[in-house]
Amino acid sequence: MRPADILCSKPAGLYCAPGDFYIDPMRPVDRALITHGHSDHARAGHGAVMATRETLAIMAERYGADFAAATQPTAYGETHTIGDARVRFAPAGHVLGSAQIVVEAGGVRMVVSGDYKRKRDPTCPLFEPVPCDVFISEATFALPVFRHPEPEAEIAKLLRSVAANPERTHLVGCYALGKAQRVIMLLREAGYAKPIYIHGAMEKLCALYESFGVRLGELLPATSPTKKDFAGEIVIAPPSAMADRWSRRFADPVDCFASGWMRIKQRAKQRGVELPLVISDHADWDELTSTVKEIAPGELWITHGRDDALARWAELEGFKARPLHLVGFEDEDD
Amino acid sequence: MHAFAELLDRLILTSSRNGKLDALKTYFAETPDPDRGYALAAVAGELSFPFAKPALLRNLAAARVDGQLLALSYDYVGDLAETVALVWPTRHGANRAPTLGEVVEGLKLAGKLDAPRLLENWLDALAATERWALLKLVTGGLRIGAGARLAKQALADWSHKPVADIEELWHGLSPPYLDLFAWLENKAPKPENRSLAPFRPVMLAHALEEADRAKLDPADFAVEWKWDGVRVQAVSDRGRCRLYTRTGEDVGHAFPDLLEALRFEGVLDGEMLVRGADGGVAPFNDLQQRLNRKKPDPKLIARFPAFIRAYDLLIDGAEDLRTQTYRQRRERLEAFVSRIATARIDLSPQIESADWPLLDDLRKSPSVAAEGLMLKRWDSPYLAGRPHGLWFKWKRDPHLVDCVLMYAQRGHGRRSSLYSDFTFGVWRGPEGEEELTPVGKAYFGFTDEELRLLDQYVREHTADRFGPVRAVKADQDEGLVLEIAFENLARSARHKSGLAMRFPRISRIRWDKAAREADTVETLEKLLT
Repeated sequence: MRPADILCSKPAGLYCAPGDFYIDPMRPVDRALITHGHSDHARAGHGAVMATRETLAIMAERYGADFAAATQPTAYGETHTIGDARVRFAPAGHVLGSAQIVVEAGGVRMVVSGDYKRKRDPTCPLFEPVPCDVFISEATFALPVFRHPEPEAEIAKLLRSVAANPERTHLVGCYALGKAQRVIMLLREAGYAKPIYIHGAMEKLCALYESFGVRLGELLPATSPTKKDFAGEIVIAPPSAMADRWSRRFADPVDCFASGWMRIKQRAKQRGVELPLVISDHADWDELTSTVKEIAPGELWITHGRDDALARWAELEGFKARPLHLVGFEDEDD
Repeated sequence: MHAFAELLDRLILTSSRNGKLDALKTYFAETPDPDRGYALAAVAGELSFPFAKPALLRNLAAARVDGQLLALSYDYVGDLAETVALVWPTRHGANRAPTLGEVVEGLKLAGKLDAPRLLENWLDALAATERWALLKLVTGGLRIGAGARLAKQALADWSHKPVADIEELWHGLSPPYLDLFAWLENKAPKPENRSLAPFRPVMLAHALEEADRAKLDPADFAVEWKWDGVRVQAVSDRGRCRLYTRTGEDVGHAFPDLLEALRFEGVLDGEMLVRGADGGVAPFNDLQQRLNRKKPDPKLIARFPAFIRAYDLLIDGAEDLRTQTYRQRRERLEAFVSRIATARIDLSPQIESADWPLLDDLRKSPSVAAEGLMLKRWDSPYLAGRPHGLWFKWKRDPHLVDCVLMYAQRGHGRRSSLYSDFTFGVWRGPEGEEELTPVGKAYFGFTDEELRLLDQYVREHTADRFGPVRAVKADQDEGLVLEIAFENLARSARHKSGLAMRFPRISRIRWDKAAREADTVETLEKLLT
C-alpha cells in the first residue's frame, strides 16, 4: 500500500481511507480523530470523535457536552483498530491532552504530528518520537529566524520587569488554552507565589487543568471589585482582550505577549507589545529539523505553516519531502 | 553591546515619550565612557559606516545560510538587519563579546577588506538581540522612534542642565562626547563651543488670552504679522552657513537657494516663506513641498524660491545682541537688512500698535497672508525657551465647518483601547444624490470624557471593519456631526476631495445636529487660500 492510499488531503481535511476517518477535519464528518483541543483542530458537530480524555474534556468545555454524537476516549499508547487501520495516540508535548496520531495500514506506519514542541512543559508529557515511514509535520515556525529561547529565561525577564515597575500592571497576553496555564506554571516554578489574576475567558480552562492534576496555585478573577488598579500584579488575558476596553481598568499596563512570533521585533511593535515574551507551544526551527533527523522518516509531509522553507531544508539534507496542502489552520495567536 | 541592545530594544518597544526618556537616562547613568557617548551618537544619527552596505550583510549571511532559506526568511521578517541577526547560526567557543566602543572604533579603523571579517567575528560572539543591535548600528537608520532631540532632552533631565545649553554646544561636539559627559557630571567645565555656525536656542511666545489683555498695555508692545511659514534661524559664521528650525534641526540642505544668499556675519531670526508665481507669499502647502524633499528638486526651487522675512537679530558680526532690548535689536536689524541688500531677506514690517479693539480686528481678518499677530515687549531681551509675559501670539480665529464622522481608528499607547483617530467628510454631489467625501483626520480637540463618548459611539455604530479601522454608519439620515476647526485650506492632489486642511481638530461634537445639515464641498472650496 502506498502512503497516499492511507492518508490523503480532502476538502474536509486529512482523510484515512482504510479506516474511513478524518484527522482534525475542518467540516463536520462521520468519524474524526482529534489531536488536541485548539479550535482550528477540534471542531464541533462530528458524528463520532476519538481523542484523549483531556482533549474530549476540553471540547466539552468549549462546545458543550453534546459537541459530537458519540465520543470515545483513549489514552497515550492504547491501540485501536478502526476498519483496516490500527491507530494509537502518542504525546505531542503541545498542550494538555495533545497527541500525535500513529496510523498503520498495509505494513506502512504514518505519524500525524498535530501541533508539537520538544521543550519541557510542566502541563503535559514530553513529545515521543515514533519511528515511521511517513512523518506529517506541522511547520508553524519553520523558518531559521525562529529559535525560541529557554522559556525560563523569558519568565525571568517578566519577573525582573514586575520587580522594576511596582506601580504598573503586567498584562500578559496568552492563548487561553495551553499557553496561559504553561505561563502560570512557569511562574510558579520560578517561585512566584502571589495570586495571579486571570481574564474570565480562562477561568473554566484553568479549572479543567486543575481537575487533571495541574496545580496552578491561587488564581483570582481580574475583575475583582475590591482591587482597584492591579498595580504590581500579573494579569493573564487572551490577546484579543489586551487592546480592548477590558484592559482599561489596569494601572499603566505593561503589555506583554507570550508567543513565538515575538521573536520578530517588528511584529511586537505592530501589536503595541512593550515586553515580548518568546514562549511558544510549537516547535522552533531547530526542534523541527532535529525531530525530522531523529525520526528519520522515509518521507516527510509538511502541513500548515511555512512549508516551503522546511521542504527546502529537507531537500538540502536529502530527505524526500512534500507539502501537504491543508486549509483552515490558523497560526496568528500562538 | 548588551546594554546598548537592551536600550534599543526598550526604545523601539516603548511608545511613550517618558518611557523612552527613562530608558535613555538610565542608560547614560549606568554605562561607562566611551560606550554611552557612542550610543548617544547612534541615537542622534551622528555615526555612519560607509562600508556597511546591505550587500555586505547579505554576503555575510549567504556564507552561513542557504540562499533560499535566507530569501524566505527575509520575505517574512521584512528587515534585512533583523533577518541576518536572527538566522545567524551560533558557533560555540567564539570570541569574547565586543563592547560598543570596540565596535565603533574598530569599524572606523578597518579598511573595506577588514570590515566584513570584523563583523563576522562579532556576530559569532553575540546573542540574537545584540546581533540585531550591531547590524542596526552599522547599517544606520535605527528606526527606534527616538532621535537627537529626545536624546538631548534625556541628557538634560539626567544631568539637571538646561537643554538649551546642550543644544547650543551640540554642533561643536563629536562622539564619544567625553567632554560633554564630564561637564554633565560636574567633573569638568562646560566645553567651549568650537563649531562654526552653532544653533542658538530660540525665544518662543505664549498665546494671548483674554485675561492677559486687561492687564497689558498695547503701547508696551511691538506688533507685527504672524507669518504662516517656518520659523528659522539663519546663521552665517566665517563662511559657514546654516539654516535651523526652531528645534535646532538643520534644514539647509533643502534650501540651497536661500543658503547661498546668507552673505553676512551674524544670526538672524525670521520666518522662511516661499514666493508663488505672482511674486507674493505662496501658501504654506507650497513651502511644505520643499521641506519634504531630502534632496532639493531644481524645478521646485525655481517655482517656489525661498526667502526669509526677518524679525530679530541675535548676533551682528561678533556682537551678541541677546541681552539688549527688542527695541535696540530692531534698530540693529533694520540697518542689518538694508546693509546686506538681498531679495532673499526682507524685513517683517511693524504695525502701528493701537488699542485692543483695533488689533482684534486686524488679527481676525489679516490684510496679508498671516495667521494673526505677534506682540513683543519693546523691552524684552532675547531669552531661550518660552519666558512669561514677554512675547505673545494672537491668532486669527480658526475656520469652522460641520463634518460627518466616517471612520475611526484605534490610537496608540495609552489610547490603544480607544477609537481616537477620526476621519470625517462633507457632502458632495447633486441634491438627492449627496455622498460623503473624506476631507480630513483629527485626533485631538476633545476632552477625555468626550473621547469616551466618541469611542462608545463608534462601537455602537460600526458599519464595517478593516483591520484597526472601523467604518461608522454615516448617511443623510444617520451620522454624527463634528464641528472641525482648522487654520487654513489648500488644494491637494493627494486627497480624494482635492483639499487639505491644516491643523484640523474637533472643536465641538454636534450631538444635536442632523447629518444631512453638515457642510458641503462647495462651502469648503470658498475658503481656499
